[in-house]
Amino acid sequence: MRVFWAVLARDLRLSVRHGADTLAALLFFVATASLFPLAIGPGPETLGRIAPGIIWVCALLAALLPLDRLFGADLEDGSLDLLMLSGLGASGIVGAKALSHWLVTGVPLLLVAAPVAVMLRMPEGGIPALLIGLLIGSLLLSLFGGMGAAIVLGARRGGVLLPLLILPLVTPVLIFGAAAADAAAGGFSARPHLLLLGAMLAAALPLCPLAGGAALRGAVE
Amino acid sequence: MDVLKADGVAVFRGERLVFRDLSLAVPARGALVLAGANGSGKSTLLRLLAGLVRPEAGRVLWDGEDAFADVASHGRRVCYVGHQDAVKPGLTVTENLRFAAAVSGRSVRTALAAVGLEALADLPARMLSAGQKRRLALSRLVLSAAPLWLLDEPTLGLDTAAIERFGGLLAEHRASGGMVVAATHVPLPLADVAGLRLG
Repeated sequence: MRVFWAVLARDLRLSVRHGADTLAALLFFVATASLFPLAIGPGPETLGRIAPGIIWVCALLAALLPLDRLFGADLEDGSLDLLMLSGLGASGIVGAKALSHWLVTGVPLLLVAAPVAVMLRMPEGGIPALLIGLLIGSLLLSLFGGMGAAIVLGARRGGVLLPLLILPLVTPVLIFGAAAADAAAGGFSARPHLLLLGAMLAAALPLCPLAGGAALRGAVE
Repeated sequence: MDVLKADGVAVFRGERLVFRDLSLAVPARGALVLAGANGSGKSTLLRLLAGLVRPEAGRVLWDGEDAFADVASHGRRVCYVGHQDAVKPGLTVTENLRFAAAVSGRSVRTALAAVGLEALADLPARMLSAGQKRRLALSRLVLSAAPLWLLDEPTLGLDTAAIERFGGLLAEHRASGGMVVAATHVPLPLADVAGLRLG
């Protein structure tokens, strides 16, 4: 467990040092979300209606951005070998990397999601459900993303392959996450959707690091 | 008593057979130097002994038991210095060693002093020369508590003084019961070594 925290601390230190890369995903999220009022028009009727979908899709795409460097940089300079020999098992490394991705990308996205929702004139009643959904959803994105990044590691054009691999896997997350916010905005209960998201998280928490670990072993061979 | 043993191992890289029927043994305090032409499988053998590459046939034994029964904990028994330095240019010299120090619980300052980098401790690693980066990579050996050192061309880019100092580290490690397996083309500052020729 001590090694797990050491891997996490190392990754967070690297993210802080490469602040521009870290900020890029966040700025991408804000920039793409701000394009929608320009393209669709600022009318609150339409915009407020599709705001949950916009936020979810933009958050999903923004979370994908840092993934190809998640293991790629460490594979190139040989650090990945050292991580693999640290005594933490490959699944533990994928878990630690996914957690660092969430802390560095997921949490900042979560923080700016509320102001962006207000900017898109989303009905206020739906915002808490949107944020709770994003909280679970961003964890799921990091877990699936960590697994996907391990799988495409070492492949040529891995950066292109990665979204093709991950996006189909996270469609259920998108559907129920956006549906939760939609339901709450329309005055219905968001609970069933959020519970389904929670169930997905409970399944992904052990399975994604396990699958990613197996992929990582293959990549360093 | 041989601590590390390989028994008739064979390794494939993709479709290509790198070596087969290869056996070796390293006793406590022992040193084994791997020689052979480029591409003869020296690095692959080191990665095999580290547990990063799996053998297609044969067994690797540690104290007579299958070394890879638990690959993750086998990693704790080895300290591997590959041909890449694994140095992050954005971090300082000290920060580059933080992870290894957190794993072993040893002091970064002692490790830097052992390779003569203590004066550069707070410098960003991107300012280091190739030889200094190599020394930084070698300082992980001092940080690690692992009994088996696996070295891939460890003296590449080092000056004579640094090579001499590295010889001292190797001798110290062996005197405390450690083992060394190194792949190299140049003579290493090692006394009383066994050799293995590949290819």
